[in-house]
Amino acid sequence: MNTDDSSWWPMGDGVLCNAASQTYPSCNTFTHALSFFNKIEGSQATARQTAELLRSVISQQRVPYTNQAGALIDAVKAIGEQLIAANPVELAVGNIVRRVLHIIREEDLSLTTAAIGGLNLSAVSDDENDDDRDGDSTLSAAAVAAAARSTLRPPSLQTLLEDTPVSAAVPQTSSSGGDSEGKSKSADKSSRSRKLKHDVIEAVNELIQDIVTCHEQIAEQAVEHIHQNEVILTLGSSRTVLEFLFAAKEKKRSFRVFVAEGAPRYQGHLLAKELVARGLQTTLITDSAVFAMISRVNMVIVGAHAVMANGGVIAPVGMNLVALAAQKHAVPFVVLAGSHKLCPLYPHNPEVLLNELRSPSELLDFGEFSDCMDFGSGSGSPLLHVVNPAFDYVPPKLVSLFITDAGGHNPSYMYRLIADYYSADDLVVQRRATAGN
Amino acid sequence: MGAQKKRAAAAAAAARVSEDPDDLARQPLQAILLADSFTTKFRPITLERPKVLLPLVNVPMINYTLAWLEAAGVAEVFVFCCAHSKQVIDYLENSEWFSQPNFTVKTIESHNIISAGDALRLIYEQNVIHGDFVLISGDTVSNMSLTQALQEHKERKKKDNNAVMTMIIKKSKPSPITRQSRLGTDELFMAIDPNTKQLLYYEDKADHSKGTICLDKMLLAENPSISLHNDKQDCYIDICSPEVLSLFTDNFDYQHLRRHFVKGLLLDDIMGYKIFTHEIHSSYAARIDNYRSYDIVSKDIIQRWTYPYVPDVKFCGNRATKLERRGMYRALEIEQSRSAQVGSFTVIGYGTKIGSNSKISDSVIGEGCTIGSNVLIEGSYIWDNVIIEDGCELRHVIVCDGVIMKAGAVLKPGVVLSFKVVIGERFVVPAYSKVSLLQQPTVHDSDEELEYADNSSGTVEFSSIQGTADQSNGEMTSESSEAHKPKLGTGGVGYIWSICEGGQEEEWRHSVAPIPEDKLTELSEAMDDDQELVTQDRTALSTSGELISDSNASEGDDNEDSKDDSVYFEKEVEATFLRAVEENVKVDHVILEVNSLRLSYNMTSADCAGAVFYSMMKLAIKTPHSSASELQQNTANIITTWQKLLKSYLLEIDEEIEIILKFEEMCLESAKEFSPLFARILHILYDKDILQEDAILRWADEKEGADESDKVFVRQSEKFIQWLREASEEED
Repeated sequence: MNTDDSSWWPMGDGVLCNAASQTYPSCNTFTHALSFFNKIEGSQATARQTAELLRSVISQQRVPYTNQAGALIDAVKAIGEQLIAANPVELAVGNIVRRVLHIIREEDLSLTTAAIGGLNLSAVSDDENDDDRDGDSTLSAAAVAAAARSTLRPPSLQTLLEDTPVSAAVPQTSSSGGDSEGKSKSADKSSRSRKLKHDVIEAVNELIQDIVTCHEQIAEQAVEHIHQNEVILTLGSSRTVLEFLFAAKEKKRSFRVFVAEGAPRYQGHLLAKELVARGLQTTLITDSAVFAMISRVNMVIVGAHAVMANGGVIAPVGMNLVALAAQKHAVPFVVLAGSHKLCPLYPHNPEVLLNELRSPSELLDFGEFSDCMDFGSGSGSPLLHVVNPAFDYVPPKLVSLFITDAGGHNPSYMYRLIADYYSADDLVVQRRATAGN
Repeated sequence: MGAQKKRAAAAAAAARVSEDPDDLARQPLQAILLADSFTTKFRPITLERPKVLLPLVNVPMINYTLAWLEAAGVAEVFVFCCAHSKQVIDYLENSEWFSQPNFTVKTIESHNIISAGDALRLIYEQNVIHGDFVLISGDTVSNMSLTQALQEHKERKKKDNNAVMTMIIKKSKPSPITRQSRLGTDELFMAIDPNTKQLLYYEDKADHSKGTICLDKMLLAENPSISLHNDKQDCYIDICSPEVLSLFTDNFDYQHLRRHFVKGLLLDDIMGYKIFTHEIHSSYAARIDNYRSYDIVSKDIIQRWTYPYVPDVKFCGNRATKLERRGMYRALEIEQSRSAQVGSFTVIGYGTKIGSNSKISDSVIGEGCTIGSNVLIEGSYIWDNVIIEDGCELRHVIVCDGVIMKAGAVLKPGVVLSFKVVIGERFVVPAYSKVSLLQQPTVHDSDEELEYADNSSGTVEFSSIQGTADQSNGEMTSESSEAHKPKLGTGGVGYIWSICEGGQEEEWRHSVAPIPEDKLTELSEAMDDDQELVTQDRTALSTSGELISDSNASEGDDNEDSKDDSVYFEKEVEATFLRAVEENVKVDHVILEVNSLRLSYNMTSADCAGAVFYSMMKLAIKTPHSSASELQQNTANIITTWQKLLKSYLLEIDEEIEIILKFEEMCLESAKEFSPLFARILHILYDKDILQEDAILRWADEKEGADESDKVFVRQSEKFIQWLREASEEED
């Protein structure tokens, strides 16, 4: 049960399948996987599925002798477009597509630099390679520029902060570019094609591993944030929050949890049930009682649907209300989010679909109100309009701290973290996706 | 209420969890999708394109049904195509439905099928259904989860082999004024056992004029409790056991799923098959049955009740659409003038152009339409590639593909323009008219039962028409001067269909336009009158029109019942008799009619005699007269004329006594004018051999011991009786 689950109902897998099978008629397993794609619940599962899907795309993609990275990028982009278009509300899909694209670029870059660095054996063939790249406009500029500064490549801010205590427990999770640099010693040309693909797949595996373990990695930090006899408030239900609280409980911290029920889906009820099952002292309140209760709360801990590049949060509806109440009473507002939820887009970007309007039946019973919706009389236009948005936007100034699997961060730091995970060239995937349709 | 809602939400969440594909995969669920509604409600559009392919918010209807079936875990769907089967099959072949990994769509084609019953019989013969299946027609929109209903059905089936069908229902209040549901169908009455959810009674064609419905007494006797609903909507989604198909085969006269099959099963208590209901609360289901439901369901989709089957979520073949504020859905590549006003709850399709100062609200515009400037579109459904020139006005209409509206044309509410019609400049199409390039089929049959026959001829006719469609296009210009075809303005192409006989008054009920204000007031006034009438009736006749809800319905109630019956019977007989007098019907025929009444009300011949005599006397008293002697003369005349009728019921002496008693009662109560004439009329009756002396004497003897007040007439006719007695003694 994640707060930010995508619809449990399938969306557009029919379209997807068809399109995919046209593009890649050979990959039957792939089409099969796609058909289930949208039945997944929760952004973690979605992210994982996306990554696995892209892995299979990469492994099945025939790589030409030259410009292998370009071919891989095109293949991933083509599928990514369809995935994003199929479910534009679930930003995790786009995030993972971009992460994979970034991985391909990084691996290619490290191979190229290794070739240049280890080099000189075959200057001619390298030139030839570069010539080929020139044809590919998206890649060449980045590659050449990157290659130029490769030797003096600035260390990522993450690595600079490596020795801070926060990330002590956290393994190196920034993009795999750094790791693979060491692995790719061989500049042997004949093995390069297999090498790149192999490296990319390995890096994607790492990414999948990261996604799978993100809950534990976030939860490991729980004891640093939850103290003895504190009162924690949360809204709705989020698996990340659940694990976080359990982890603190397991470390023998004793604390109390206030759960706001999270209308209209009432997932808070499920959360309360699970908390009680683990022996946590739980109080269930209505969403509208949050302001009344907040003065007794020491910290607000919530999950998120997505974290935008400016540090703003897209979260289940009602979250802004909680954040404002917390600010009013100077209660820290902590957002837990796995790194797959970090989105390189800004919330004012019109390409980002921020909200989803769900069925009004979650709010009221159709039968009871059916006489209000009899369009057969009167002007014929409905007088009653029920709006049921799924998400709220919480501006960055209301957030005190983000806890990701890479440690705790200030909202203003998010853009930097995002720069580590994504390359700027890939931000436009979605625009191509919408235009492509 | 709140708690209930939450519980429902929690239950829904639980249902979602349990709906994993493995669970359903154990026994692949099958479905029969009828891609033909076997009615003619969507004519003239359905002459050219099958109903299931008509766009509903820019997506063909069948896609909603198929997408839902796929999501609900159905593994195999048999699409039964009849009318325009080629179009349906072509469409499905070109869509992605044939290439789904876990969802097989197979088509079954037949051309000589004229009803749902025939279709199911054919499917039975093909022997493709192996287990429980979902029966649905291709014009149903739903987002319900089948898991729970299916499980209930299976559990019931395990316990009781006769539970063959589960019908999905949903709460939806009918309008008290128009007596129809919001979907434009007639108010539906259902009796359901509240404990077992068994369906006991189903009536969708109740007679609203009386304001009553009739339940079989046995229903009340056999069931400890029943709940009677008029606020349930039949979703036309049925979960059936395979027996249903064989039932259709056994009863070859079952045609209609509800009217014949469901009612047939409910009435037939020999086989004991049972139908159960499953009510859905949080999810949506509705069938598009007529133009009004097309309008209502479209609006429900736009209001997102059918989520996730809404325009901005891709579920099947719909183009990327964005939802903007106030329920505006816009596809890509729309050219819209800055001064155009696009209002709330509007869907605008891909590549549509909208000119300056045009106003659009509550409407659905298809793909590739061109809308000029100063156009007003309100509550309308405009399909693909329509050209609307400057200054047109459209209110609550349906405009099919390829229609051209020349500048200044006006469509009044309820108009339907079929494919490629051209409306001339400044032409005003009158309200509720239907315009098509094809001529109205000449077969008219307002008789409900012959709808199927009508339909079959329609399909046959269609095949011939389609071949000549282009030809008739060409002919149009030459023939358009003929008088019987109303022209559609200068340059207009198409025929205005005359509204089918009988349907004229009811057209507003089922059209896309909202019901006009004056109709509503008219109806509500009529309803007030009705109610007054009913209350008057109640006081006058003290009928027990209410349901007898007590299970200990005692003898007293029964008596009251039979008393009611006899009152009705007398009225009927009187009406029959008066008609006979007016129209000079032969006596033999009157006897026949009264006999049939007697059988239907289960009366004795004594009752008949009483009733006939009563009517005769009533007639006599009504005939103008100035004096008692004249009245006597009238009575004598009538008795002479109709003595044969009366005699045919006077088989024994008992009936004759009944007549005397009746006469006595009349003289005391309803027709006091007769009281002074009692003895004389008795004499007349004796003279005409209607009453024998034995009867009169017996009556007199019976009255011997009665109260003084009862003896008034005996005393009055004392002389006559005396005379009779003496006469008989003499004979002895």
